[in-house]
Amino acid sequence: MKFDTPATTNPIDQLKIVGKPIDRIDGPLKTTGQAPYAYEQNQEVSGVAYGYVVGSTIAKGRIISIDTEAARAASGVISIVTAETAGPLGLGSMNTAKLLGGPEIDHYHQAIAVVVAETFEQARAAAQKVKVRYAKAVGKFDLVAERANAKLTNEGRGERLTGDFRTAYAAAPHQLDEVYRTPDQAHAMMEPHASMAKWEGDKLTLWTANQMIDWGRGDVAKTLGIPKASVRLISPYIGGGFGGKLFVRSDAVLAALGARAAKRPVKIALPRAFIFNNTTHRPATIQRIRIGCTPDGKITAIGHETWSGNLPGGKPENATQQTQFMYAGPNRMTATRLAVLDLPEGNAMRAPGEAPGLMALEIAMDEMAEKLGIDPVEFRIINDVQVDPNAPERPYSQRQLIKCLRDGAAHFGWSKRSAVPGKSRDGRWLVGMGVGAGYRGNPVAKSAARVRLDAAGKVTVETDMTDIGTGSYTIIAQTAAEMMGVPIDKVIVRLGDSDFPVSAGSGGQWGANSSTSGVYAACVKLREAVCKAVGFDASKAQFADGRVAVGKKSLSLGEAVGPKGLVAEDAIEFGDLSKKYLQSTFAAHFVEVGVDAATAEIRVRRMLAVCAAGRIINPKSARSQVIGAMTMGVGGAIMEELAVDTRHGFFVNHDLAGYEVPVHGDIPHQDVIFLDEEDPISSPMKARGIGELGLCGVSAAIANAIYNATGVRVRDYPLTLDKLITHLPSFA
Amino acid sequence: MKSFTYVRAKSPADAASMAASTSGARFIAGGTNLLDLMKLEIETPPHLIDVNGLGLDKIEDTPSGGLRIGALVRNTDLAADDRVRRDYGVLSRALLAGASGQLRNKATTAGNLLQRTRCPYFYDTAQACNKRQPGSGCSAVRGFSRQHAIIGASTACIATHPSDMAVAMRVLDAAVETVLPNGKSRQIKMKDFHRLPGATPHIETSLQSGEFITAVTLPKPLGGTHVYHKVRDRASYAFALVSVAAVIQADGRGRVAFGGVAHKPWRVEAAERELPNGAAAVAARVFADAVPTPENEFKRILAERTLAGVLSETRGRS
Repeated sequence: MKFDTPATTNPIDQLKIVGKPIDRIDGPLKTTGQAPYAYEQNQEVSGVAYGYVVGSTIAKGRIISIDTEAARAASGVISIVTAETAGPLGLGSMNTAKLLGGPEIDHYHQAIAVVVAETFEQARAAAQKVKVRYAKAVGKFDLVAERANAKLTNEGRGERLTGDFRTAYAAAPHQLDEVYRTPDQAHAMMEPHASMAKWEGDKLTLWTANQMIDWGRGDVAKTLGIPKASVRLISPYIGGGFGGKLFVRSDAVLAALGARAAKRPVKIALPRAFIFNNTTHRPATIQRIRIGCTPDGKITAIGHETWSGNLPGGKPENATQQTQFMYAGPNRMTATRLAVLDLPEGNAMRAPGEAPGLMALEIAMDEMAEKLGIDPVEFRIINDVQVDPNAPERPYSQRQLIKCLRDGAAHFGWSKRSAVPGKSRDGRWLVGMGVGAGYRGNPVAKSAARVRLDAAGKVTVETDMTDIGTGSYTIIAQTAAEMMGVPIDKVIVRLGDSDFPVSAGSGGQWGANSSTSGVYAACVKLREAVCKAVGFDASKAQFADGRVAVGKKSLSLGEAVGPKGLVAEDAIEFGDLSKKYLQSTFAAHFVEVGVDAATAEIRVRRMLAVCAAGRIINPKSARSQVIGAMTMGVGGAIMEELAVDTRHGFFVNHDLAGYEVPVHGDIPHQDVIFLDEEDPISSPMKARGIGELGLCGVSAAIANAIYNATGVRVRDYPLTLDKLITHLPSFA
Repeated sequence: MKSFTYVRAKSPADAASMAASTSGARFIAGGTNLLDLMKLEIETPPHLIDVNGLGLDKIEDTPSGGLRIGALVRNTDLAADDRVRRDYGVLSRALLAGASGQLRNKATTAGNLLQRTRCPYFYDTAQACNKRQPGSGCSAVRGFSRQHAIIGASTACIATHPSDMAVAMRVLDAAVETVLPNGKSRQIKMKDFHRLPGATPHIETSLQSGEFITAVTLPKPLGGTHVYHKVRDRASYAFALVSVAAVIQADGRGRVAFGGVAHKPWRVEAAERELPNGAAAVAARVFADAVPTPENEFKRILAERTLAGVLSETRGRS
């Protein structure tokens, strides 16, 4: 099904099941431990052996020699694979550094060997006996030092100019010119990267934690040099990804190589302390923002430049993404520059671009509002725009950021905020409120599904879509139930298998909208097939209560499809509506923080997100997405940072004791309000993405609240207490 | 993990003599730290002596009016003991500020004292660390040192001791009871129990080879207001940037020890005379010889301000 004109009325609009806060249909399996994750697919194989990955202990250089003799002699060892013994390996199209390194070393903890043994403990013990000699080379590990060597990239169209930024900025009566920094961040999802591989002849089956089955299938094939058709990926349950599992990683490739060498199924889970330097992370940024304004708060010039680093061939963190579109202003400049760094591979993490970009931009907006003496909510409203500011003929499909801000301000009690910072106190706590606007694009991608209706009236949906904890199972079941007119417990959803039709996968907050649209398309086809089978006019048929009816003629679905049932398969394919219309999602984040007047300890006291993201397919799972993202935003604002050792070129705090993410005690009551929207330009579901929006703008709202509480402006994330304490008034 | 042999000790003296007779042997109780270190091969004991069955899990009144805490009393039980909560509040609060409920259920009193630093370079066997591998150097000195010691450190090691419990025990003038391999017992004052790193940071306590902790004793209660304030980057489940254990009397006099600043709980008795004069006066004396790194120099001001906060709370209460 081609989606190239805005949706009209369709069966989803009945909203009998779609739009309802239905509990996760996979919830009981998960809460009772019966949902098997990749490492737990024990019923699928017998005689499994265990792989343990050896990582490089230098960041850059060459392996002179690997001595595996002692490891081979260790008890239980079956085989050891290194780059030397693995045979020729390709590089996945989504990978920057090789997943099995050697002799060249590209980064710290790059995998250089896998030891396969009878037990996990034996594999680990033997891996620790592998002795490697290196020739270290000088690497580049310091973004600040390499900033001057960074090159302009094509991300965001190079140096994108609209109007005459430099002249307008120079002429602006009010100017802001500040530099902000965001650190390297880790996905830190709960489930580690894990895979289990089994070969049958030259056919590989890989149970793996992966968000994008078809990408993964292609890259496994490309890396191993085998046809894509010879690879099957299975990933029905995934314990979080946040972008860290968009791509095939060393666990998958080394499980496959280990299994081939051992002639046994092999499983590998990356140890937590290995994940931080072995896999990908969100790259650090340095961002310079310039805003020029008239005295009444109209932006006349806005400039946003960003610098990040990556391995040669890697991509930049495009932190200017939102600034191209978010606020009004006739004169604009954005530029994304990239330096070469020999740190581990930087790549996508939840809301890549916008998350760090808004961490900077939304502080800048707060600062500019203060310079102007305008309330920061009003300042954003003054600069709202309903069209692409670079191409005014291109409207937003829907943009209710003003309503998000106004509703949020009213709900949160924004009027009680003191415009002068450092004035509000609750006992020992300095109290402040902050606002940050959220903006995230609404990408969509082709997504296919197969839908089967059986004689019992049950509907089975198959698609290689993944559920990374987001609720895909449930919203897909809701979509099929609504379309076929059956209760949700008559729908079976099967996901995460490359034998199923190729979906959009989970990433970039495109998954929910795209994959349910694909299911919609397949259901439209199935409805037509049902009608054809019984001689009904599909345009007049009603599917409801497990029956199909035209006028007074009515049949149960089981009767309609007969003993063999019916199957339909289709894909949603998106036309050029995203070119004609700018499609985005919007949020207003309001936060109240307390800062201990003595110790500068920061506690978030209240949070509210008001989101505008089209139709909300399931308010319960959508709310879970948003509060999870707000929690991640708290981490990003006040604690998360991969500490770079610029001498040795690695992230030092490479475990969950050192890389701190929020605990329950850090998270207060969180409110989420969804605006009642439907967006017929986005998809037949009339939904937009929600999974990443909740993270966009929230960290800056916290930073702004900390400023409001203390009067101390910190432009360098995370806002840990050491950055505040020397600026606080004395405490006695 | 390296292979090891395992036995259960029959008595404290048995434990001590077995430990002395096997080079590199370790006692195992809760295992909350040791097992992690063994998996990473930071610790590679050839022999483990399980001391869990020795009946050292009681908290008893002492004739001098204090408490004798068995070495195997779990952190959860110690924190919840009525006498501890009533008379040694600083200890109960310190325990509850540490780790998580699950870890406290397993972790023991003696094990808590003997836990190793959480310096990230100590934990990464590819990095130089004099504590892990004597003579290999210290990666932390010019590295990522935000968590590290600001006082009492050396060029060989700037690690901190991670315990909260030990800081409270230091302020309470606790003593460690041990049995030696020759079967004799002795007492080691808390102030003498942990060592400064000097040139031998791998030697962390004054325990002799094989010497086994049987109990920790607390002197009779001090009265006063007991406070433990632990400052960290998140609300829970993190090691202290700085912590303050204080017992403050109604007249403003009292005791204070600091955690997160040194290789051992840091208490300067002579500085406590300044408590009635406020936190700045105390901190000036306590940290007179501080040598922070650029990344952790905030800890000195943080320690002073944390104490100021503690003192303002105790004023409010007395």
